[in-house]
Amino acid sequence: MSLLKVENVSMFFGGLAALTDVSFEVNKGEIVALIGPNGAGKTTMFNCINGFYNPSRGKLLFNSEDISGKKPYQVCMKGMARTFQVVKPLQRMSVLDNVIASSFLRSKNKHEAEKNAMEVLELTGLVEDKDIISKGLPLGKRKRLEIARALATKPELLLLDESFAGLNPAELNQSIEIIRKIKEQGITILIIEHHMKVIMSISDRIVVLCYGQKIAEGTPSQIGNNPEVIEAYLGEAHA
Amino acid sequence: MDKVKKYLPYVFLGFLFILPLLPISSYYMHIFILCIMWSVIGMAWNLLSGYTGQVSFGHAAFFGMGAYSAGLIYFHLKINAWWGIPLSIITVLIFSLILGFIVLRLRGPYFALATLASGEILRITSENLTGFTQGDLGIMLEKRTWVDKTYYYYIILVFAIAVAFTIQRIVKSRWGYYFVAIRENQDAAESLGINTTLYKTIALSVSAVITGLAGAFYTNYMGYIDPKVVFALHDISIITIMVVMVGGVATYWGPTVGAIIMVLLAEIIRSNFKQLEAAHQTLFGVLLIVIIIFLPNGIVGDFDKIKKIFRFGGKS
Repeated sequence: MSLLKVENVSMFFGGLAALTDVSFEVNKGEIVALIGPNGAGKTTMFNCINGFYNPSRGKLLFNSEDISGKKPYQVCMKGMARTFQVVKPLQRMSVLDNVIASSFLRSKNKHEAEKNAMEVLELTGLVEDKDIISKGLPLGKRKRLEIARALATKPELLLLDESFAGLNPAELNQSIEIIRKIKEQGITILIIEHHMKVIMSISDRIVVLCYGQKIAEGTPSQIGNNPEVIEAYLGEAHA
Repeated sequence: MDKVKKYLPYVFLGFLFILPLLPISSYYMHIFILCIMWSVIGMAWNLLSGYTGQVSFGHAAFFGMGAYSAGLIYFHLKINAWWGIPLSIITVLIFSLILGFIVLRLRGPYFALATLASGEILRITSENLTGFTQGDLGIMLEKRTWVDKTYYYYIILVFAIAVAFTIQRIVKSRWGYYFVAIRENQDAAESLGINTTLYKTIALSVSAVITGLAGAFYTNYMGYIDPKVVFALHDISIITIMVVMVGGVATYWGPTVGAIIMVLLAEIIRSNFKQLEAAHQTLFGVLLIVIIIFLPNGIVGDFDKIKKIFRFGGKS
């Protein structure tokens, strides 16, 4: 069953078509990766899905409900959370407070919010850092804090925007492990990523964007052998 | 040491309650009342600008609105000006909702400028609507309720304690977390399911209503208001900001500490350096620059830094 359905979504900025008629579906329980060269429109797609942009054309269905034109907080309340490529921690708050702030969404009181936040920190391996002011965290942990904060809103669908970029190999494996654990909890994931090792190892399906258009969709092995995808990434000579 | 810290606020409160029993001249009583009133306004500003990060340069709008609510019902309807206190809640609330609808879509310096304009607009309007507000003549209460300042002192003290308690509750609750989240990153807050427009409006209204109540109290206490005094950009809006900046932005005790320092400083300058006249504001400017450079988190926020400086000085 499809949890998120993107139907012919186009996004224009003036005369620039950042997205043209993109359609794909994300099914419950899947990990779907959104890949493509720089400027392909991946983050624009995320911004449309989570309500920062109102798509110029097309429809977004979440749990069969039209969410195009809804505000980000409304989309989040319906059960979709996202992280940002350029991390946006609540700088002068401690790590724990960052997560409490977002877990209030599904909690009746502070006690419950704190309990929920601690569980999420446990899952993302940030428990020891809970009292650190988030401004002082290294990038790897800030990226995990983004995931923790998004998880604290108890989403059905998690949108991860390059949560692996800039991580060292050890952190990378740790993050892959976290994604697996999130999946085990039944949370569906749509992920933007450049790191091919990560993409190939965790995703069930891959959607490829290039110049705002969908050029391919399929399993990791199908995508790996698709000549159009190779051309988009490496140029004609290699295809 | 921790125990001392824990009981210090209660000792402080107890002292404030028995203060009028001590033989204190009416002039000093006046200073104490001003200190408490300014700490209330500072706490209100701190909620909107310190915790929620929406820096207002126009708190005179709310203060003046409250003051005129009390003044106008007395002048036109011959109703006791104390009724201005409940009335100001309604008028200032409505005004802040309308203002919020317009200015809360702006961010950062644009919000600050829009609030600054709102205060000035109200001042100019009330100066020119002479039929309604008496313009620059102002409104004078023929007789203040009490000659003895003690009553006013207890009224504003109880009010201040109620405000301090309310703000403490707010800051530690869901609202407080949302306010700080909005300050730190509005886009992140929005994507975490926080209705930023709603919570900014709440912060603005609560802050405005508290400031308006202080304004209504001011009318009753001083017995005279005019647009240049209660809608003043420099004497109300800017001093409000200074109170919190000096004391400590987004700290619990900051507004109170700042209010005491600013009121005392203003009085010392006014009574000892009369030849300075309006130039005393230059000194405030210098003070603000010094605070921003050396104690960017204010006296309360950077208290550890101050302690360190003095300890170092004592040793060497």
